[in-house]
Amino acid sequence: MGFTDADINAIFLTLKLAGTVTCLLLVIGTPIAWWLARTHSWLKGPISAVVALPLVLPPTVLGFYLLIVMGPNGVVGQITQAMGLGTLPFTFSGLVVASVLYSMPFVVQPIQNAMEAIGERPLEVAATLRAGPWDTFFSVVIPLAKPGFVTAAILGFAHTVGEFGVVLMIGGNIPNETRVISVQIYDHVEALDYAQAHWLSGAMVIFSFVVLAGLYLFQHRRRIYLLPKGV
Amino acid sequence: MKKSVFCFLLMLILAKPCVAEEATIAVASNFTSAMQELATDFERQSGHRIHLAFGSSGKFFAQISNGAPFDAFFSADQAKPAALEQAGQTVSGSRLTYAVGALALWSINQQMDQNGDVLRRNQFNKLALANPRLAPYGAAAVQVLTNLGLDKTSRAKWVQGENISQTYQFVGSGNADLGFVALSQIYANGQLAQGSAWIVPKELYAPIRQDAVVLKKGEKNQAVIDLFAYLKTKRARSVIESFGYQNEGPAIE
Repeated sequence: MGFTDADINAIFLTLKLAGTVTCLLLVIGTPIAWWLARTHSWLKGPISAVVALPLVLPPTVLGFYLLIVMGPNGVVGQITQAMGLGTLPFTFSGLVVASVLYSMPFVVQPIQNAMEAIGERPLEVAATLRAGPWDTFFSVVIPLAKPGFVTAAILGFAHTVGEFGVVLMIGGNIPNETRVISVQIYDHVEALDYAQAHWLSGAMVIFSFVVLAGLYLFQHRRRIYLLPKGV
Repeated sequence: MKKSVFCFLLMLILAKPCVAEEATIAVASNFTSAMQELATDFERQSGHRIHLAFGSSGKFFAQISNGAPFDAFFSADQAKPAALEQAGQTVSGSRLTYAVGALALWSINQQMDQNGDVLRRNQFNKLALANPRLAPYGAAAVQVLTNLGLDKTSRAKWVQGENISQTYQFVGSGNADLGFVALSQIYANGQLAQGSAWIVPKELYAPIRQDAVVLKKGEKNQAVIDLFAYLKTKRARSVIESFGYQNEGPAIE
């Protein structure tokens, strides 16, 4: 037994998706987290809520709306078509866009918590040493918030690997394009091929356990708890 | 006084055979619309209550094998009810072909012709079909493409739904120009509800026979027994046919 070629393709596709999404999210999520950590604007509440929405929404809701909005008659679909990119559902890029939205809170929140934990003092000190805002950000904020970034990257990656509902709604199950591990497992189960399903499912359980155990060990050593214990 | 008590008791005795029961039934997604109409009609006639759960046959099979509390199972194929029968999960002799499904190539933004040339012209973005590994309608779609000699050329444009409902959604939302769906999904009251469709000729795929079985839990449930009898009536069969299915075997009055 073991993995079939299709299983291995699904594993590589999933790793590629999770890797791409994690990199994008660190780039997009960092300014959002920084703004949320510093602002006193009334917009903080609504923006935080939008970022956190995927935590509470069923993935099917997100997938359903993305299918419509990114479709040929949707707002985003019409923009992507006008740009000559076609429509996003059933493509790898479409999954990347969906996963970025879906995993956003898992990246933004740990970074934001770490940035809030820095406090005013180091920033004031940096300012008295005539550091500009960019300099302060890269020389003070990012090094001090590093554990938050590590947690964010690990959680963003792991959460994208575990994504299912959204992919099912907009993926179309195309080999090497949108057929990720979770969809492949679903197919095995639906086709009553339980032996094949066990291989992939078992691998997912071990992967998830190792990632989370490593994360908690890392946090424990640093005596920081950026996440509620339950996550 | 005595007379009225007697009358009341008599009424109770007479009413007894009509005691209404409840049944929970698992139904393959392609039969959703037809089953809703059948259940409503059956409830009105019999006084029984029917609770319906819709989903893919594969998932129901797994759930029933693991003790899901359904009284009966309407599959999209014959293999799964037969397998449940083999495993001793069904009431023996209850298996019945309740419908023979028809396949249609459907689009909401392209005009269909009457011999599938739209597939040969290849001017569509995506072709949606149900996953052939899981869904009988998907397997039928692949047979059609193979018989037309288009399975290899069209493969790059396939998008697969996990079941026939999702395939319908891919086409209905305009994300896929074309898709193979169950005729029952786009057909109501004997006509096409929306878009344009090519009803695929029967020679191009093996008949999609759909079987239902009474499960062990529903063995003594009068609602299930009556429902299975009702399905064989002319009245029920005309409802089933109005959704684009065919029937097998003789009907009873």
